[in-house]
Amino acid sequence: MDARNFQFMFYGFSVAWSIIALYVITIAAREGRLRKELDRVKRMVEQGEKELRK
Amino acid sequence: MLQKLTITLAALAALILVWNLHTILLVLPDEINQGAAFRIIYFHVAAVFTSFCGFFLAMGLAIAYLVKKNLQYDAMSAAVTEVSAVFATVTLITGMFWGRIIWGIWWAWDPRMISYVVCLLFCWGYLMLRKAVDDPTQRARLSAVLLIFTTLDIVIVWKSIEWWRTQHPGPVLSIRNGGGMAPGMEAPIYWNVLALILLATSMALVRMRQESMQREIDAVRRYAHAM
Repeated sequence: MDARNFQFMFYGFSVAWSIIALYVITIAAREGRLRKELDRVKRMVEQGEKELRK
Repeated sequence: MLQKLTITLAALAALILVWNLHTILLVLPDEINQGAAFRIIYFHVAAVFTSFCGFFLAMGLAIAYLVKKNLQYDAMSAAVTEVSAVFATVTLITGMFWGRIIWGIWWAWDPRMISYVVCLLFCWGYLMLRKAVDDPTQRARLSAVLLIFTTLDIVIVWKSIEWWRTQHPGPVLSIRNGGGMAPGMEAPIYWNVLALILLATSMALVRMRQESMQREIDAVRRYAHAM
């Protein structure tokens, strides 16, 4: 019973931290994606403005 | 400045968690009836408090949006709700592990657990709604209303153990006049609450920055289309 209790405590802790870690990885990946997208659209606008000036 | 604050809060949360984990795992004795598994409660209860605080803050921000029509409040509200949903998921799953060993079942259809699942479903619905609606003002209005209903459900979750006889334990903490824990065993719960709130705040700050980046991308795109 005691070993099983310890096992479930370990599972509980592992699941809790895994969910939080997974979320942190998700928001870190989203940050990278957003930065790339922002750079892309800014470049696109700059290029469009240059063509308009021509 | 905001980045420094985010890092400071996360580092502070990590410090408290490490110190508190040491107390929970190595200093506290096993609970007489539950053995080692009772330690799950230190994260289960801390996660539920964190999610409740988050939902109420998000509701306040949603109401602020409805009153002032400022999309900044909507973005903040969305960021806080998403982080709260993560902690609500942690609460539910850690509770299931605790229930499996203490009750012998993974799940019980009792009012506390059902109302919490309803809250979580509202939450995921809220996040899906935000992806489905393109118009920013319509999205903000609809999600603010849905969030108010979600947070009203929190009141039912909180009071359910007083209103109905539930499989879920009744009030245990002294702040709810439970008195079911020795003071030395109760204190680490509050430290964990503080640590998880700090962690959630740092996550929410990152999400808020991302929401403003997304708004900037949308604005640049609109400008590009208008050119």
